[in-house]
Amino acid sequence: MTISADHSAPDQAQRLPAEDAVSEAVRKFGITVEDYMLPARHQIQMVDPDGRLKAESEQGTEPGHEYPLPADAELLAAYEQLVIGRRVNDQNSALVRQGRMAVYPSSHGQEACQVAAALCLSDGDWMFPTYRDAVAVMARGVDPVETMTIFRGDWHSGYDPARHKVGIQCTPLTTQLLHGVGVAHAAKLRGEDTVVLAMCGDGATSEGDFHEALNFAAVFHLPVVFFVQNNKYAISVPLAHQSVAPSLAHKAVGYGMAGERVDGNDVVALLAVLDRAVKLAREGSGPLLVEAHTYRMQAHTNADDATRYRQDSEVAEWLAKDPISRMKTYLTGRGLLDDDGAARIAEKAEAVASQLRDGLGEDVPVDPQELFRHVFSVPTPQLKEQSAMLADELAREASAEESPK
Amino acid sequence: MSPTITTSSEANGNVSAATARAAASAAATVEASGPQTVTMAKALNTALADAMQADPSVLVFGEDVGLLGGVFRITDGLTKTFGEQRCFDTPLAESGIVGMAVGMAMNGMRPVVEMQFDAFAYPAFEQIVSHVAKMHNRTKGAVKLPMVIRIPYAGGIGGVEHHCDSSESYYAHTAGLKVFTPATVADAYRMLREAIDSDDPVMFMEPKKLYWSKDLVDLEELRAQHAANAAAGTSSEGRAAVARSGTDATLIAYGPSVPTALAAAAAAAEEGRSLEVIDVRSIVPFDDETVCASVRKTGRAVVIAEAHGFASVSSEIVARVQERCFHHLAAPIRRVTGFDVPYPAPKLEHYYLPGVDRILDAVDDLQWEN
Ligand SMILES: Cc1ncc(C[n+]2csc(CCOP(=O)(O)OP(=O)(O)O)c2C)c(N)n1
Ligand SMILES: [Mg+2]
Repeated sequence: MTISADHSAPDQAQRLPAEDAVSEAVRKFGITVEDYMLPARHQIQMVDPDGRLKAESEQGTEPGHEYPLPADAELLAAYEQLVIGRRVNDQNSALVRQGRMAVYPSSHGQEACQVAAALCLSDGDWMFPTYRDAVAVMARGVDPVETMTIFRGDWHSGYDPARHKVGIQCTPLTTQLLHGVGVAHAAKLRGEDTVVLAMCGDGATSEGDFHEALNFAAVFHLPVVFFVQNNKYAISVPLAHQSVAPSLAHKAVGYGMAGERVDGNDVVALLAVLDRAVKLAREGSGPLLVEAHTYRMQAHTNADDATRYRQDSEVAEWLAKDPISRMKTYLTGRGLLDDDGAARIAEKAEAVASQLRDGLGEDVPVDPQELFRHVFSVPTPQLKEQSAMLADELAREASAEESPK
Repeated sequence: MSPTITTSSEANGNVSAATARAAASAAATVEASGPQTVTMAKALNTALADAMQADPSVLVFGEDVGLLGGVFRITDGLTKTFGEQRCFDTPLAESGIVGMAVGMAMNGMRPVVEMQFDAFAYPAFEQIVSHVAKMHNRTKGAVKLPMVIRIPYAGGIGGVEHHCDSSESYYAHTAGLKVFTPATVADAYRMLREAIDSDDPVMFMEPKKLYWSKDLVDLEELRAQHAANAAAGTSSEGRAAVARSGTDATLIAYGPSVPTALAAAAAAAEEGRSLEVIDVRSIVPFDDETVCASVRKTGRAVVIAEAHGFASVSSEIVARVQERCFHHLAAPIRRVTGFDVPYPAPKLEHYYLPGVDRILDAVDDLQWEN
């Protein structure tokens, strides 16, 4: 097979075939294959809900599952994105209430996952997000208003996936995981050192495409990090109805890949785990599965009523595990964040919110001819006919309005 | 609660399933009698409850259908009334839901499964096309699949992508599937009961924009009618309805397009044109008789459907009517359908949907000078 493209030559020596990668991992970490692939006995947590750094021995790490503390600069960058993410979530929910957006599946409470998913990637890497991952898409650098176009309702997506290396936000559950696998496979053939982060929710792990994606990635030994945000619900259905596996991360071993679970409200641990997963994938470990334990603090979308299926007390419990206040306490305690710093970040978040209000508040004029323009690269004769029919209809309507009988 | 469910072996046996269920349905829970304002959602919900009451082998399952009662609340209260064994949430997997229903139907149950939205039924396409539709034929009738796949379909609710597909043509094109789609509150009840009674699999397409449409109906009377029909072995299954009578031209519509066709007929009446509206109701089997009788009478026809026109149910209807009524036609049959484009984003959908003006334009085109 000849792949001709003008990108840098592959360094195939660095890439290991699948069998070697397993023994390499075993050699590197000095543990058995099973211990390498099975998640550590406990979820990885570095900063506790009160914002205290846990002793290393308490972080849930084990031989082969060790995670260095991310650099201060990365933590500060993450905190800024957390604050912006929260502001964006709440601004969007307000815009929905005002009728400015059709719908918004908020990631309120899951911002640590969102931010870490974006920050763990390098420029050339790809992300494959779901409908709930708008904050991750933005944190990856996509313009906020372009990100929200799908929810404003004038088109299905507002950004160019190729430009940002971010797949279109995907609603048919887990279908995008396979696209991520394909991008990784092509990158491998082209000799690019791309890593793909493919995202889905806990409920989505029940879909057939989840299985197919993990198996393909493992069999073709591809650099994909599957990132599952386990927010405990799929609309009204709790996790217990989806899976009785010890954890979702345990599913990894069945495919021959390594799995890990992490506190999804601890951005420090998330960055540590995801950074390492991305690094391993880039070095040729094959795919990995990371399960983040978090919680969907709000209803599934504005159209849903969560009081029908869960207790307020459960929500309150998770309120105490908020990812943002925890990080603020931690950074302040470390002397990395002071009032001035916090104020500067709040200002930035406010600026993004106002950008959203301006961009989504105005009634953007839609062009009905767009209906026909993008179905094919070149419109078919039938589409041209239909487009002319609509144009004629609208012209007649307009002239009828101008000269009422 | 008893750990097992008594199954009815009727589906694959010779006993009249209808008779047994009719007797049982008399015991169904009843609210105040007399006509009441009822939504289509409530009518569907009542039909499910009555069918479950009448026949212990009727099971309801899918995504969010249990405690939540479905995202459109069509299964509201069923778990509470009938227990978690008879109305339950499954893991989130459509192929799993339909495939498991096939097995249950093979083993004495009458599953009624819900696909959450039109486009989310596609993971189950393989099960539907290769097994649900073919099992009877492959086994020369030895295995019947008395199951219903309920799908909220079509647009008009400002939904984002994948929530507004008109997918009926895929199923209608597949030999071995019945395809029903009600447009009125009373039909929603009647037709869902008939679908559940059917020993063949039914794709039950619910026009989601009509869920909250209301009508004055007497559920008690519908229930009694159903029981009587079942006892007598008669039913209106497979029959189209004349939704409005007229003399000048026939509008043929189904599901979400029926109210639009009726509005167009009302507008045309003001301009002195009398339009008959046929509600197809059952796409498969198709009621050639009722549709063609109307077209032979009026001599002109417009077919209206929200789905893309190309290779669709609307094209099938035009072909059939043309083949059967050619010499009665004063003008070529026209179609008003969705454009051949993916269902548009919310702010563009009104350009896509067949509306009253577009229908009246088509009617104007029916060569009235001839
Ligand atoms: C194939 C498919 N089936 C059903 C749906 C409808 N649906 C949208 S989101 C959702 C729940 C998903 O839950 P989970 O994967 O846990 O993600 P979360 O929404 O909690 O982030 C469902 C059932 C869908 N989008 N796609
Ligand atoms: Mg979830």
